[in-house]
Amino acid sequence: MGYTITEKILLNHINVDKISPGNFIKANVDLTLGNDITAPIAIKEFEAAGFEKVFDNEKIALVPDHFVPAKDAVSSNQAKILNIFSKKHNIKHFFELGCMGIEHALLPELGLVSVGDLIIGADSHTCTYGALGAFSIGIGSTDLACAWASGWVWLKVPETIKFIYKGRLDKWISGKDLILYTIGDIGVDGALYKTMEFSGEVIKGLSMDDRFSMCNMAIEAGAKNGIIEPDAVTFKYLREVKANIKIKELMSDKDAKYVKIKEYDVSTLEPQVSCPHLPSNVKPVSNLKDINLDQVVIGSCTNGRISDLRIAAKILKGRKVNSRVRLIIFPATQKIYLEAIKEGLIEIFIQAGAVISTPTCGPCLGGHSGILTKGEVALATTNRNFIGRMGSPESFVYLSSPAVAAASSILGRITHPDEVVK
Amino acid sequence: MIFRGNVHKFGDDINTDDIIAAKYLVSTDAQELGSHCMETIARDFVKKVKKGDIIVAGKNFGCGSSREHAPIAIKGSGIVCVVAESFARIFFRNAINIGLAIIEIKDTSEIKDGDILEIILDKGIIKDLSNNKSFNSGNFPEFMQEIINAGGLIKYVQNSSNTR
Repeated sequence: MGYTITEKILLNHINVDKISPGNFIKANVDLTLGNDITAPIAIKEFEAAGFEKVFDNEKIALVPDHFVPAKDAVSSNQAKILNIFSKKHNIKHFFELGCMGIEHALLPELGLVSVGDLIIGADSHTCTYGALGAFSIGIGSTDLACAWASGWVWLKVPETIKFIYKGRLDKWISGKDLILYTIGDIGVDGALYKTMEFSGEVIKGLSMDDRFSMCNMAIEAGAKNGIIEPDAVTFKYLREVKANIKIKELMSDKDAKYVKIKEYDVSTLEPQVSCPHLPSNVKPVSNLKDINLDQVVIGSCTNGRISDLRIAAKILKGRKVNSRVRLIIFPATQKIYLEAIKEGLIEIFIQAGAVISTPTCGPCLGGHSGILTKGEVALATTNRNFIGRMGSPESFVYLSSPAVAAASSILGRITHPDEVVK
Repeated sequence: MIFRGNVHKFGDDINTDDIIAAKYLVSTDAQELGSHCMETIARDFVKKVKKGDIIVAGKNFGCGSSREHAPIAIKGSGIVCVVAESFARIFFRNAINIGLAIIEIKDTSEIKDGDILEIILDKGIIKDLSNNKSFNSGNFPEFMQEIINAGGLIKYVQNSSNTR
């Protein structure tokens, strides 16, 4: 019987030669991740348990990114806890302000993620790295503390759902639209405990940035991980970021077992928008009339990469943000920020009337730098629109691609980019 | 272990932002987090909860972020057990890892807000004393039972046979 990509990676990280979905395993981890929200609990647990040494100081990444630059004294202390722990244990991959970025954009960019890796992160969007053919999942702080001590994580081998995307994409359609459409179809628990394997000719044609967006939101369908078979696009990216490529080929076997196969013809797909208050509440953009906006946010671990900024700049160039709207743009990392400056994107944004923020998770989780008040409506390229996600429990968050977000910021209401760029 | 407490009933897809809003994630203290539990969607929840009470919900409880603050806040509020039709996977493992009792049953629609439940955890039996109905959940898989029996993942790992 054949194996899926996910099963093959798991097999490579355990001392057993056969697995099947439902098995419990203790798997060796290649990289662990914590941030300024989740790592303080892990550190507290690690120390309270009396663990003295970390299993490998080169396999731990600590990224203060959620509440930094510190929004207040208590959040400043959270980042400080990471700093002290990193120094004490000589953690190689600790990223202080200045060299940091949003964790899920930062780690791939630094070449810390590669094909076939097994990665756990105390952040639900750790599933992003599946775009590079890694098995990568969100876990909790106690999991993280225990992995620091032991080097392994307990896992239940997931069943896999295969998604096949066919057709030719319209010019405005991005990975974000594909994943929103998919979540809209299967629901927020449509892939609960399972792997989402994204495949088909459309996926093969996607850029790395679009693939990151798709795998990033697998968690929004309840999935354990999202994954894409590595191909020429993947390996080109990995070579560029100087990742350690140990595996040259990784494919699901022809007779691999899938619990379900979903096929989508996406040729006629129009830009998708997720409406309040669940990511699965997805509608085609043309169904949304007269949704007036107070704020537009472009950025996050889902859509703060350079190609996201490029498409936003293409739409905003020579145009003005609507006077009723606050447009806030967050490049996801320092490197992306610098690229955006060099390419002239930042100038376009500022001339259009946007504000640019340093890399941070900030408003995505209602942390800081763009919090909504009662009754306000935002359109964001982020990943969640739960009640109160971006601030007041009486505010409303819609989710879309950067193209829809940029175009909508100009008209001041949710719109198809075609309405702005004729 | 046997629990007996009042039911606080919630619907489907209760997410981690509902359980504990991000603005409170600057604390790791169970009492502090517990004092804001469910605040976004049920402002008076914390006032109504008595120590030993039980949350009953629909499907996909705890979806969203990986924040362990969510099960910690629930524990900190005084809740001893969550019964749901399904749990989001990171919440599920966090609850197991920190020792918050959770039980899955197929259908929670017959259990109402304010009912009194008796839960025999080891046997997976839930009795609704307010309507005399009883429900059965399957046993936890053996591996999880070992973590639960050890008193959580930290203790399980501390057991020298489990570390490398």
